[in-house]
Amino acid sequence: MSPMVAHRFPLGGFMKRRRGFLRVLSLSSVATASVLTAVVSSNAGASSGGLAKGAPVKIGISLSLSGDFSADGQAFKQGYELWATDVNKAGGLLGHKVQLDIVSDASSPTQVVTNYQKLISVNHDNLTFGPFSSLLSLPAAKTAARYGYALIEGAGGAPSVFQAGLNNLFDVSLPVSGDLLPFAKWVTSLPKAQRPKTVAYVTSNDPFTEPQVTSIQSMLTKAGIKMVYNKVFPAEVTDYTSIADSVAAAKADVVVLGSVDVPTVSSFMQAFEQSGYNPKAMIATGGPDQGTTFLKAVGAKNANGVMVPNAWYGASANPLSKKMVAEYIAKYGGTPAGIPSDVVEAYSVGEVMAQAVKATGGFNNAAIIKYLHSNVTMTSAQGPVKFNNLGENVNPTAFTFQWQGTKFVQVNPIGDPNTVKILYPKPVWGK
Amino acid sequence: MNATALLSAAKDGILTGAVYALMATGLTLIFGVMDIINLAQGTFVVLAAYLSYALQVHWHIDLFVGLLITTPAMFIIGVVIERVFIARLKGPDRTGMSILVTYAVWLLIEGTLDLVFSSNDVQLQGWYVPKSFTVGAIHFGYIYVAGFILAALLLGALYFMLYRTRFGVSVRASLADQTSAALVGIDVKRVSTITFGLGAAVTAAGGMIYGATNAFNASSSYDLISRLLTIIVLGGMGSLGGALLAGILMVFVGDIVGVIWSPVWSTTAYFVVLVLVLLWRPQGLFGKTQARVA
Repeated sequence: MSPMVAHRFPLGGFMKRRRGFLRVLSLSSVATASVLTAVVSSNAGASSGGLAKGAPVKIGISLSLSGDFSADGQAFKQGYELWATDVNKAGGLLGHKVQLDIVSDASSPTQVVTNYQKLISVNHDNLTFGPFSSLLSLPAAKTAARYGYALIEGAGGAPSVFQAGLNNLFDVSLPVSGDLLPFAKWVTSLPKAQRPKTVAYVTSNDPFTEPQVTSIQSMLTKAGIKMVYNKVFPAEVTDYTSIADSVAAAKADVVVLGSVDVPTVSSFMQAFEQSGYNPKAMIATGGPDQGTTFLKAVGAKNANGVMVPNAWYGASANPLSKKMVAEYIAKYGGTPAGIPSDVVEAYSVGEVMAQAVKATGGFNNAAIIKYLHSNVTMTSAQGPVKFNNLGENVNPTAFTFQWQGTKFVQVNPIGDPNTVKILYPKPVWGK
Repeated sequence: MNATALLSAAKDGILTGAVYALMATGLTLIFGVMDIINLAQGTFVVLAAYLSYALQVHWHIDLFVGLLITTPAMFIIGVVIERVFIARLKGPDRTGMSILVTYAVWLLIEGTLDLVFSSNDVQLQGWYVPKSFTVGAIHFGYIYVAGFILAALLLGALYFMLYRTRFGVSVRASLADQTSAALVGIDVKRVSTITFGLGAAVTAAGGMIYGATNAFNASSSYDLISRLLTIIVLGGMGSLGGALLAGILMVFVGDIVGVIWSPVWSTTAYFVVLVLVLLWRPQGLFGKTQARVA
């Protein structure tokens, strides 16, 4: 210790203060631990499958009902509510009516932590479902983990979410790192004369988008497709014109856009059109999958030829999906192509939880976590679900979808019976 | 990077920046005259965009023609909000309280818009929205050029009103010192109400341009308000010219940095400029310390 420090903190006084501090710290730690134990054990008692007769099973959910992700958050809410209605019509979970306890996080990763703490420790919800986006799912799962709760989610498939090594996290959807692979495979499979020569990558710095965009770069480069633009932009950008103009100036044959929402894609498309730039192929990681919302924002003619990766679409032949689609249309109207994929992602969360509850015979989160890690294959409207030790769903197939007129069709993987011919090159904007 | 890309970024910065200035004008005007920090300004922009949307979808009224309806409508909305919420704020904590009250107004408007229009993103359409003309190698989107012209016209009109009319004298007197203005017979309450209405009214044009160039929903105001606040801080709170220059500077700096370096640093670069300016002039580029003390 330097003399100056010794002067400022005389050793004896410091040690006394330190002992006092340690005593306070240990007392507060004991108190905190006691409260947490009380909370967890009270929950464990309630969720052991022995809910009082007639008592509802409460499911805590934080959703982005306002803020940047509000459109997705609202669609997720529809999906969860649709599932809860279905389950309750069929008598509930193990005879207990499902009661959704939904609170808004305003798209904030900080608020989502507060929300799950409240849902679990104050509201004493029996189970938890995930929020929207990887950005919020990770802090949500960490919070749920502290209380020993399973967090099943449908929109948190970024690698950073799984790399956290949480035992309680399960994503029923397609892990995002593989989303663009079918598209890349299709591009590289084209005869050399038709194959695009240049590609531009532009992505939001979001855990959902960046891994997808970077995952196919080496594959396309190896196939001789030259990268002429590669930039990341901040997620909170409100004007994309300049970035889009730079992409347009690169005149790439293919644009790979890492986007989360409709406004991002529509802004890029509008700027491209204003610049007179029409790529031969354009794929966006999110936005075009939002059904009629996307069509209305960009105009049906402009949507023609735009692609998006996903694991599900409204015309899926999966019987569980057909049932959900019919119920959605009966309740909210519209067409299968117009249903946002958020809805089915949320609905699938409920389906997986219902199977776990049924298999374990109760609402004990530890038992549910154990069951979900047992390599069992479950069913969902998105297709089969089976989790690896990281909580990733290893079963789903990655598809590419394309807007062809007002139809949202499956164009990848090649060889799949439901795959239709890809519209390539993309028609000129507005045609 | 080449000269064309730089020129294009500079063009984007100037055209889009002027629209941001238009959106921020109401904020700076209201603060300048009333000492009210209107956090609801971002949601005013979104509300104005939705009004244009409603006119277009339900009555097929062109976006620019629709401004003849949305501008007075926004004025009336502004006047009502001022009378119901703002005029009740009294005392030395008025400015601080205004943050809470206008935040409540923000939530109220956002919630109502969400109920009426749902949370789905929408975008204003018009044949001219995706069109552009070319000068040299630079493309000029009609809608951005129109936004720039609207911004120049409206800011010019506001400037004229403030400096060439009797009402403008009342506004400037209120801006300088409310107590003294009241002593010389100016109806400060009336001036405040009309100013709040005007602040909301000029947002109609900014909201329309915003809605035509961005898909939006009721929650789009969250990203907007932080931008608008930094514009008026940089320009000097209460200064119309400052808002114009700061709006252009904000987008211009971001766009140039985005082209030369990376878009990731665009926002940071602007905030570096903001901090440097505030170190040099804590009152902002055109702000008057005297007025704020009074």
